[in-house]
Amino acid sequence: MSAPNRDMSFAAVTARKNEIMKASLGIDFMDFIQSPIAFDYERMMRETGYSLEDIARIQAETKVGNTPLFELKNLTEAVRSFAGPGKGATILVKDEAANASGSFKARRASISVYEARRKNYQGVAAATSGNYGAAVASQAAMRGLKCIILQEVFDSRGICQPEIVEKSRACEAYGAEVQRLSVGPELFYQLLMTLETTGFFNASLYTPFGIKGVETLGVEVAEQVRQRFGKDPDAVVITHAGGGNLTGTARGLLAAGCDQTRIVACSVDLGGLHMAADTDFNRKSFTTGHTGFGVPFATWPDRVDVPRNAARSLRYMDEYQLVTQGEVFYVTELLSKREGLERGPAGNISLTAAVTLARQMDRDQIVVVQETEYTGAGKHQNRQLSFARENGIEVRVGDPRENVPGKTIVIPERLEQVRGRVQDMDKLRRSYLKNAVKAYPLDQWNEGDYRFLAADLKQDVAWVQQAVSTIEMN
Amino acid sequence: MTKIAKGTWVEIERVLLKPEERAPNLPEDTRKCPYVLRISGFLQADAEIGADVTIRSLIGHEHTGLLRVVNPSYGHSFGATVPELLTIGLGDKS
Ligand SMILES: Cc1ncc(COP(=O)(O)O)c(C=O)c1O
Repeated sequence: MSAPNRDMSFAAVTARKNEIMKASLGIDFMDFIQSPIAFDYERMMRETGYSLEDIARIQAETKVGNTPLFELKNLTEAVRSFAGPGKGATILVKDEAANASGSFKARRASISVYEARRKNYQGVAAATSGNYGAAVASQAAMRGLKCIILQEVFDSRGICQPEIVEKSRACEAYGAEVQRLSVGPELFYQLLMTLETTGFFNASLYTPFGIKGVETLGVEVAEQVRQRFGKDPDAVVITHAGGGNLTGTARGLLAAGCDQTRIVACSVDLGGLHMAADTDFNRKSFTTGHTGFGVPFATWPDRVDVPRNAARSLRYMDEYQLVTQGEVFYVTELLSKREGLERGPAGNISLTAAVTLARQMDRDQIVVVQETEYTGAGKHQNRQLSFARENGIEVRVGDPRENVPGKTIVIPERLEQVRGRVQDMDKLRRSYLKNAVKAYPLDQWNEGDYRFLAADLKQDVAWVQQAVSTIEMN
Repeated sequence: MTKIAKGTWVEIERVLLKPEERAPNLPEDTRKCPYVLRISGFLQADAEIGADVTIRSLIGHEHTGLLRVVNPSYGHSFGATVPELLTIGLGDKS
């Protein structure tokens, strides 16, 4: 596709960001923005014009939603065998792999693609190296729209991360054009160019359409647990990368009235690896659900491809667990061998955290793992571990505490050794506030900014005032 | 060199940004490399490997670049067996 005589340099295209976004989304974010920090989040979510009932109906048209909730009896028993007296909550899992395209991301794609169709766009485009690409491509196939997916696939040696090759395959299988790119944040630049030259709809992961699409997942969890157990789930554990999975699920749980349910985020710890570094690219055995996305997105959501991010996880999060790559691979094997379910990597991150939570929680309590994803060639733990070995990573059995991201993957010997580590929530919140000060000098903040930040951090205004005063001092 | 026939499914490669044109603030190792696109489609005219060509993607969009691979396929697999995984979860059966 050729562009009419426009400056296509990195700086020029990036400078046209706002105008490209407006044309490709039909949302004018200026309507909601109140300051460089604050915006009317709830009004933005409301004014997308889709109610939860609309969304459930639209999703049912394209093979999304109403996925089964399974009790993992053998895994629960295994945890009870070493949990203390009276401990060992029941572990449930929502089999989101049953959605068209094999993950919860179908919920996220469904409303964007519906909206694109309704507004007569010729096609949809998204920059994503994960399940979301397959989800958009699959939804677009059903709605008769063209689809372009941009992915970060290979390093400067030309070596592709196997899980992302599987994503390229899936997208092309659904009839999409796949642009495979080398390592770098310029994926966003290429997305802007693509949106500008094609006039396609921006099926961003972070619009209100995307996040509202996930709310049905939270509602279904609430309804299914109530129906089977006559009570609300005590904890729901949610794999966290960009934070949309957590935000949408938590909003759905709240909409269904589960206001006492503990919302637990979980990521694989990849501390020390640089996400934009060519040489670190193929030293990771997870392509999502890791701290390389989880921490920066939680602590500054507005770093994305839309002016304001609808995924704001600290608004809803009560706790943030970390697990190691080896622990997730171990639990993934257990899910196959003890529960008869072969499922993919990212979904099993929260399953791994659920083992730790169930062990700490009472026997009559319920912890819900709110998703699974499909698995297969490239995604499978055997491929990720053999790939790690090919890239010079040590893989061995032992104590998972000896895990070093990018250097050593330690597969636990026993389930008892699977132990989540919690992140310090206040540290995350303070880190968010530091980013807010960088975005907008503190002396300019007004009452509205403080109120917005308090809501965004699930704290009160006094907490924010106290926290910023200490940030200023160091 | 053999000609690849018009209509063949191929992969092309194009440099989108030279190292000096890339985003600011990149890590050292990434900054040294060009930013590269690879994409598959149907070849629009007979050509040899390495030639500058036009392809038509699965959605009918045209892209240009250097002809890199004929009939590209996905090389991913389940990988060499990792024996450490085999015995996990066997319990009394092992
Ligand atoms: C299967 C699966 N689970 C969880 C996540 C994390 O979701 P989010 O990026 O919204 O935090 C992703 C995507 O990155 C995913 O594909």
